[in-house]
Amino acid sequence: MICHCPDQIRAAADTYTTRTKENKDMQNEDRSEQRSRFSRFINNDNTVGYIFAAPFIIGFFAFTLVPMIMSFYYSLTDYKITAAPVWAGLKNYIALVQDSHFLNSMLVTVQYVIIGVPLKLVFALLIAMLLTHAKKLQGFYRAVYYIPSLIGGSVAVALVWKQLFSSEGPIVKLIQSMGVERFSFFGNAHFAFLPLVIGNAWQFGSSMLIFAAGLKQISTDYYEAAMIDGASAVKRFFSITLPILSPIILFNLVMQLISGFMTFTSAFVITKGGPNEATNYVSLFIYNNAFQYHRMGYACAISWVLLLIIALVTLIIFKTSNNWVFYESEQ
Amino acid sequence: MKTKRLISDIIYHAFIIGLGFLMIYPVLWMVFGSFKNNVEILQHTERLLPTVWRWENFPKGWAGFGGTSFSVFFKNSIIISLIATAGTVVSGTLVAYALARVPFKGRQLWFNIMILTMLLPGQVIMIPQYLIFRKMGLVGTIVPLTLTKFFGVPFFIYMTMQFIKGLPRELDEAAMIDGCSRYSIFSRIILPLLGPSVITMIVIQFYWVWDDFMGPLLYLNRPKTYTVSYAIKLFADATSTTDYGPMFAMSTLSLVPVFTIFLIFNRYLMDGVTAGSVKG
Repeated sequence: MICHCPDQIRAAADTYTTRTKENKDMQNEDRSEQRSRFSRFINNDNTVGYIFAAPFIIGFFAFTLVPMIMSFYYSLTDYKITAAPVWAGLKNYIALVQDSHFLNSMLVTVQYVIIGVPLKLVFALLIAMLLTHAKKLQGFYRAVYYIPSLIGGSVAVALVWKQLFSSEGPIVKLIQSMGVERFSFFGNAHFAFLPLVIGNAWQFGSSMLIFAAGLKQISTDYYEAAMIDGASAVKRFFSITLPILSPIILFNLVMQLISGFMTFTSAFVITKGGPNEATNYVSLFIYNNAFQYHRMGYACAISWVLLLIIALVTLIIFKTSNNWVFYESEQ
Repeated sequence: MKTKRLISDIIYHAFIIGLGFLMIYPVLWMVFGSFKNNVEILQHTERLLPTVWRWENFPKGWAGFGGTSFSVFFKNSIIISLIATAGTVVSGTLVAYALARVPFKGRQLWFNIMILTMLLPGQVIMIPQYLIFRKMGLVGTIVPLTLTKFFGVPFFIYMTMQFIKGLPRELDEAAMIDGCSRYSIFSRIILPLLGPSVITMIVIQFYWVWDDFMGPLLYLNRPKTYTVSYAIKLFADATSTTDYGPMFAMSTLSLVPVFTIFLIFNRYLMDGVTAGSVKG
């Protein structure tokens, strides 16, 4: 019989181990006194936990917490990498608010996120749902649709993208052949972000896999019951699929929002922030300030503002999620 | 009825295949582009297949820049990716076991910190991290690109945790009654069962590191140390006109390792990713 009370078992196991230890102690008194104390220490749950978690804990202090504190300190200084930082108080933050380049950068980043993330998630969900009907070939199809995610973040694909959407590329040629003369993506501040948004949405693979796993867990009973009641496919989607998937939508939404705010490689390689700063996303703006203009303090201040904005957006999403995220167990 | 079913099946599969073709069209365009010359790439973009297969683009691209060939770039990429991936797997499994199974004081706190770290935008710590490594004289070496991975990558810790939570606790308890310590439970029971999770980590982390651009951009400063992803960018930066054929040839080759690993482990990958992200 399997007992389902872990505490009792653990207690039993503990007495069992102590008892065996006691036996050994009696046989071998002088050495074992020290040894058993050590063994009790090393097998203590707290010791075990901290030993196993040690890499993360050490790494957290060394590579996250200390750099964050440093970054905050630098954000309050004038720091040209060649000379020591000079205290400047809130100067960087005040300069930020008045910097039209920064405000533009925030604006285009928010535009990229607001258009790009929902597009990607809708696409991921649609494809995931579409593929559930493929029985034998599902694995193959999923692998094909995952390929863009596999390679999409690479410089190789960014260079292809640059060429595909360039004025000599096939997509612009196609649009021009449909009658829109002198059309261009990268020469036009209104359209330059489109190839980047499309490139990001194109890499919908991992969101798709996560949706697919969620769809698989929805019991077919719900759909059958709804069909007997005469609910249409659209109705079934909105009253069954979406509510049950809502925790997964929340997960995907938060992950994609954060990566959207940090988008870098595509803007760096494809548009270099142009034309006229139309794709000068915040990460690129931070990079340029830090490593091109050597304004480390200013760059740190921008990154803190970015952190606050992301934290605020995430917080709002989590707070409002009570209204739209539905947990089955609550029923 | 049966024919109607058949027709809808055909339409369905044709649609998926058509859409799938559209999805991988850019990849095919790149692969076939590696056999074209500039005239074909720029003047006849609508053509997918090359009229003449110009294999010479490959040796031409492989020659690299300023005497450093792609053999060096590939070697650098492979070394960095292997070390970083190994670090991720080792630290990921250890930390995930502690957070998923060991009831130590402060576990909830560290779990929360781990989640917050996962959500932390990398830009915030990028600059001070760079300054620290610079002060230590490690800029220009592979240390900044690999060392941090040995201290746990939160995304993978979280994923592995979810996987461990899915393993029956009775296994641990039975072993404990038999007098197993938590160390041997980890090494003899949990670790051998982590296969799908470890494979997922290997595949995803390998291609993340392989494709990484910002790391090499910040930390590598001599052509001898460049990775493939960084070296490819140099084709586009060339002062003379870009030679697209060799650039696409090297781009294509740069994706081969990632593709190979994906094809080998594809089946397990789907299980690993989904096990990690759905529950919880």
